Amino acid sequence: MTEVAFCIIAVILVGSAVAVVLLRDLFRSALLLIVSFFAVAAIYITLYADFLAAVQVLVYAGAIGILIIFAVMLTRDLRHGNPFNRISGPALLLALLLLATIVGVVVSTDWPTVSQVPQVVEMPLHDPVTGEAVRGSTSFLATALFDRDGGFVLPFEIASVLLLAALVGAIVLVRRKEKD
Amino acid sequence: MNLGIEHYLILSGVLFCIGLYGALAKRNAVGILMCIEIMLNAVNIAMVAFSRYLAPDVVVLTGQVFAIFVMTVAAAEAAVALAIIISVYRTRRSVDVEQMDLMQG
Repeated sequence: MTEVAFCIIAVILVGSAVAVVLLRDLFRSALLLIVSFFAVAAIYITLYADFLAAVQVLVYAGAIGILIIFAVMLTRDLRHGNPFNRISGPALLLALLLLATIVGVVVSTDWPTVSQVPQVVEMPLHDPVTGEAVRGSTSFLATALFDRDGGFVLPFEIASVLLLAALVGAIVLVRRKEKD
Repeated sequence: MNLGIEHYLILSGVLFCIGLYGALAKRNAVGILMCIEIMLNAVNIAMVAFSRYLAPDVVVLTGQVFAIFVMTVAAAEAAVALAIIISVYRTRRSVDVEQMDLMQG
């Protein structure tokens, strides 16, 4: 069942990503990019990462998708669209070489835990703090972020400062200069 | 067919290479940004797959935590990059990266 779902999602994902690259109409590329974001969220669900799937839909398909569509409409260049540049041939060669390398390494590596301990993949159903049965990975993710050995509290705070800096920077960059 | 980590890693590699090809071969700056987002998504798929298949303990979710940080940085990067693109478009009336030579001496 999961295998069939994975195959369907993978075909949608790769197809929409290829279309994003190959289409000349930038607006259609942006819409297909949002389709591929949704497909990635579905991939997360097949990996039992439900919280990440929700975040993917909210942040990528929602926020970044809208942002990119706004940028496409504000900078629309109808005459040129989204053509390829002069190095598209070498770029294709480089991408194919990298793909061959990745596939070769992935296939030839003997991944240890997969074949020997397949029960590890089952999602835990008991909250580590209260002992109650829970569904989903959100509480475990919160534990991993904040609880265990100090977790990722400092990177979390740095990420929030980075978001604030990006917010202020984006506003400063697009602000119209005041006439004096 | 049993789903293994290889399937997810190969999917992630295919997606990354599609994004890399687009990022290298396109001329529109917004199109390049979209391809970079595809590459970041590919990396996230790989990390979540590692977190599911290779973690020795089921409660360890470090791969998913890293994916969350990647999403945060991607959101910040998209906002700043689009602001730069719009700012350049205002002065040059073009988002063609082959014509962006503002910082040439």
